[in-house]
Amino acid sequence: MAKQVIYLDNAATTAVSKTALEAMLPYLAEQYGNPSSVYSVGREAKAGLEKAREQMAKALGCNPREIYFCGCGSEADNWAIKGAAYAGRKKGKTKIVTSCFEHHAVLHTCKALEKEGFEVVYLPVDAEGIVCMDAFYEAVDETCAVVSVMYANNEIGTIQPIGEMAAYCKEKKVLFHTDAVQAVGHLPIHLQGSGIDLLSLSGHKFHAPKGVGALYIRGGVLLPNLIEGGAQERSRRAGTENVAGIVGMGAALTEAVASMEENSSKMKKLQDKLIDGLLQIEHTRLNGSRTKRLPGNANVSFEGIEGESLLLMLDMNGICASSGSACTSGSLDPSHVLLSIGLTHEVAHGSLRLSLSENTTEEEIDRVLEVVPQVVERLRSMSPLWEKIKNSEN
Amino acid sequence: MYSEKVMEHFANPHNVGEIENADGVGEVGNAKCGDIMRMYLKIDNGMITDAKFKTFGCGAAIATSSMATDLVKGKSIDDALKLTNKAVIEALDGLPPVKIHCSVLAEQAIKAALRDYYVKNGIDPTPFLGEETNSCDHCDHCGH
Ligand SMILES: Cc1ncc(COP(=O)(O)O)c(C=O)c1O
Repeated sequence: MAKQVIYLDNAATTAVSKTALEAMLPYLAEQYGNPSSVYSVGREAKAGLEKAREQMAKALGCNPREIYFCGCGSEADNWAIKGAAYAGRKKGKTKIVTSCFEHHAVLHTCKALEKEGFEVVYLPVDAEGIVCMDAFYEAVDETCAVVSVMYANNEIGTIQPIGEMAAYCKEKKVLFHTDAVQAVGHLPIHLQGSGIDLLSLSGHKFHAPKGVGALYIRGGVLLPNLIEGGAQERSRRAGTENVAGIVGMGAALTEAVASMEENSSKMKKLQDKLIDGLLQIEHTRLNGSRTKRLPGNANVSFEGIEGESLLLMLDMNGICASSGSACTSGSLDPSHVLLSIGLTHEVAHGSLRLSLSENTTEEEIDRVLEVVPQVVERLRSMSPLWEKIKNSEN
Repeated sequence: MYSEKVMEHFANPHNVGEIENADGVGEVGNAKCGDIMRMYLKIDNGMITDAKFKTFGCGAAIATSSMATDLVKGKSIDDALKLTNKAVIEALDGLPPVKIHCSVLAEQAIKAALRDYYVKNGIDPTPFLGEETNSCDHCDHCGH
């Protein structure tokens, strides 16, 4: 029996849009040249690349010369943080400030730098999933090589006070990086005059293909290279460019920015319906601020059940979602993000993230609100913890 | 990642529930690690006439609970004492390496229920079951 799939894992990755795909196809077929070559097929590829750079710059409110294409969001994070750290060390700055609930692309990079002798401060976040600004002001000073705080969290969708942090870093003459992988294409961002020095993005979170990203490096900021080799990206990031992917990313971001307001209000409506509906289930909590939140993100915990079995049962009903349980995080602990906002291990194991796209329909949300309560009830009926929870205060 | 057999037992687990006035009840695991198994046994004349379980945990935790209770139902206590996590894994056509600990818990839950049965009947379980084990109490799986 073929089942219609309801895809609600758009924070993990998105479908390539028709616009992006159509923009890419010529670069996978006839315009296959190497952009560094002098003959015409190469020049056409180069033109595609530069057009995409202009599209990115326009969408982000910066200069095209500040956009550097690279392999993915993780690479952009590594480049930004390692680059800024090494540049800072030359000036005697050996402190790095980040938050405790960053993506692993940032956290593991910071851990690696700690091993090289950098001091790293991991800022706490409050119960709503917002970085504690008191701790930020205490930690950030002239000895910092870089401050790196994510624009919006990938698990709970909470939006951080980036403007305030960037302004303070500017005042303290400290480089400010933000991992905006979840924000670009979904929140309005205007880089010029923002105080942001470095910003990471990844195409596959806004309907471009996987395996293409970019780092914004503000004009005048000098970073050592992460990938050495040829003279691509004005000698700052070597490697023959993923031309089709880059062209797709330019087209996808242009489209996302053009329809952002419309998409956002549509998604927010469905998000509200979804969150309200899920919270009808007893002993359920919303993870992360209700208001300072990406328009497509819903993250809840159901007490008494475990996330992997929840996902498997949703999958049997054609619903694709994700969870922060240990069994699905691929590590031994439940999600560090959910623990950081104060959830106990038990409650973190029972979390569910549903992330919408502008293509999500009301019918799909209705179906989810029909299936999830049944699945939760079924798992709770099998759970040795449920009796006790049910009889306690909600 | 899971075999068809595991998915079968996960989608339609056998023996879910509780047994009122069970002759042996055993619980292992811990909520912090994300798995708890509680097993109930009905025992008549040295035979396990019924087995039920309640489990909080991942797909493999539920499937191994289902299979382990199936494997001891209708068996003598002596046979149930010989249950191994390997037998549970084989009966499920294999488990992914990271889920092996679920089969260990399932074996331990059955044995904890048998231990309870012996204790309730005034018999020292140590000769049959050795010292008490709950792999989650000193578990290197999740480090808690
Ligand atoms: C916040 C955040 N940072 C970084 C990444 C990594 O991006 P990529 O998959 O392109 O390496 C992701 C994607 O999972 C993310 O959500």
